[in-house]
Amino acid sequence: MIYASFRIEWPGFSLDVDEQLPARGVTALFGHSGSGKTTLLRCIAGLEHAATGRLSVNGDVWQDSDSWVPTHRRPIGYVFQEASLFAHLTVLGNLRYGQKRSRSADRRAAQFSLEHAVELLGIGHLLQRRPAALSGGERQRVGMARALAVTPKLLLMDEPLAALDLARKQEILPYLERLHDDLDIPVLYVSHAPDEVARLADHLVVMDGGRVQASGALNDTLARLDLPIRLGEDAGVVLDGHVAERDERWHLLRVACCNTSLWVRDTGAKLGDHARIRILARDVSIAHEPKEGTSILNTLPAQVVSLGDDAHPALCLVRLAVDDKPVISRVTRRSADQLGLAPRQQVWIQIKAVALL
Amino acid sequence: MLLSPTDLEAIALTLRLATVTTLILFLVGTPIAWWLARTRSRWKGPVGAVVALPLVLPPSVLGFYLLVTMGPNGPVGWLTQTLGIGLLPFTFWGLVVGSVFYSLPFMVQPVQNAFEAIGERPLEAAATLRASPLDRFFTVALPLALPGFVTAGILSFAHTVGEFGVVLMIGGNIPGETRVASVQIYDYVEALEYGNAHRLSAVLLVFSFVVLLALYAWRPDRGRR
Repeated sequence: MIYASFRIEWPGFSLDVDEQLPARGVTALFGHSGSGKTTLLRCIAGLEHAATGRLSVNGDVWQDSDSWVPTHRRPIGYVFQEASLFAHLTVLGNLRYGQKRSRSADRRAAQFSLEHAVELLGIGHLLQRRPAALSGGERQRVGMARALAVTPKLLLMDEPLAALDLARKQEILPYLERLHDDLDIPVLYVSHAPDEVARLADHLVVMDGGRVQASGALNDTLARLDLPIRLGEDAGVVLDGHVAERDERWHLLRVACCNTSLWVRDTGAKLGDHARIRILARDVSIAHEPKEGTSILNTLPAQVVSLGDDAHPALCLVRLAVDDKPVISRVTRRSADQLGLAPRQQVWIQIKAVALL
Repeated sequence: MLLSPTDLEAIALTLRLATVTTLILFLVGTPIAWWLARTRSRWKGPVGAVVALPLVLPPSVLGFYLLVTMGPNGPVGWLTQTLGIGLLPFTFWGLVVGSVFYSLPFMVQPVQNAFEAIGERPLEAAATLRASPLDRFFTVALPLALPGFVTAGILSFAHTVGEFGVVLMIGGNIPGETRVASVQIYDYVEALEYGNAHRLSAVLLVFSFVVLLALYAWRPDRGRR
C-alpha cells in the first residue's frame, strides 16, 4: 500500500492530497494540465519537497514530519516526459548508469533486469548509439529501460507518451502493455489522455485543482456519473476478458467477459489471451427489445442503474449493469423519457463499436 | 629575427603565470559558477556583480587594492607574514593572486552559462538513478558542461597572458620573477627600443589570434544535445 499525504502552497497553485494507493498494478493519475498530478508524482519521487507531507510505501517511511529520504535512496524508477537521457553517454552508458549504482545486494538482480529491460523494450540494436541519434519513440523506450534497470520497487511514469506523435505512441503502447503484463512492479502513471488510461490502468485517480476528485478501480471510477471532470467524447468504460473464439471467415474475435460475449475485429490476438475492451458511452444505445434487422453485432441484456447529467442539457448518461459490470450509455433526454428509463429497469443495449485495446 | 634571452624568459614567465592561474581558476571558479547557476539566494545578484567587476574596473584600481591588502599593513599581508610566507606583492605568487581575481569572470561566466544550459532535468534523472549529489555533479553536470569549461579555460589563459595593469601595480618589474611579456614590451617602448618591442608584440599578437581562432573554430558535437 502507498500512503501519500502532501500539502503544497505555491503562488497560483496548491496541492492537497491524502490518499491510499494500491502498491500493485498500474495506477493512473489522471487530470488536466495544472491538476497537480505531476507534482504529486514528483513528491513521491522526492524531486519536490512538500513542507508538510507523509509518504510510506509498503510500510517504509520515505517522508514524515522528521524524516526525509532523498531521491537517490528511494527504490524508484522514474520515466520523464521527454526521456531526459544523458547526452554524453551512449544508450548502454545510460542504461548502466543507474544499474551500476544499485545497491550491491541488488546487483545481480540489476544485471538481469537490464538484459530483461533491453529485451522487453526491443532496444538491443540501439545500445551503441548516442541519444541524439535516436528517434523520439526510441529515446522514450531507452528512458523506460533505464528506469527498469535499477530494479525499482515502484515505477513512476510522468506522461511518457505526451511528447510523441500518434504513430510513435502506437509504437510504444505495446511495450507499456508488456510492462504491465510481465512485471510485478507497481506503476504510477501520470496521464491526461483517456485512451492511455483506458488501455493501461487498473486503478484510476482523477485529479483536479490539486485535489483528488475520485479514486478507485478503473472501471468503477470510469462508470461514475457524478465526476466533476468530464471525459466528454471519451466517456466510457473498459472491460477485461479473454479471447474465446476466432471467426476466420469474418475476421472477428469473440471476447468472453462478464458471463457474456462481445464480437470485436480480429487484431491477431491469440486464443485465451487476456483482452481489454473499451466501450464508449456514445456507442451504446438502449432499446426495450433485442432488435432484429440491424447491422449491430453486439446486443446485450442490461439493467439500468442510474441516470446522470451530461455536459449538454439535451443529453444524459445512463449507467447500466451487464451482469455486474458497469457500462455507460449516452442518449438524448428525449429518448430516455420516451423509453421511460428508470433504475432497475431491464433493457437491451446495442453496442455500435467495441474497441479491443 | 630571434628573440633575446630576456624576451624568452618573459614569455616563459607569462606562460607559467597563465597556466598556474588557469588551473587555480578551475578550482576556484567552478564552485562559484555552480552556486551562481543554481542558487535562488538573494545574494546571487551581488556575488555575480562582484565576480564581474574586473570586466569593467580599471586594472590599476584592482591592482591598487590588492597591493594595499597584501602589503605589510594589509590584512592579507599580516596573515601571510604571520604564516611565515612573507609578503606577496612583487613576487610570482602575488601575480598569481592578482591574475586569479583579474581573470575570474572569464572562468566563471562561461562555466555558469554551461551549467545553466544543462538545467535541472538531467540531474533529477541522475537522482532517480541512485546518484548522490556529488556523484551527479561529477558524472552528469561536469561532462555536460565540458564545452563551457574548454571555453572558460582558453579565455582565462589568454586573458592572463594579456594582463598588464595589475602586474605593474603589484608585481613591478623583476626579471624572471614578475616581468611578464606585456611589461617587457612596455620597458622596450620606454627605452625607445622599437625593434624589440615590435618583435615581442608580434609574438603576442599571433598568439592571441591563434587562441581566438581555435576558440571560434572549436565546436564540439554541438548537435549532441
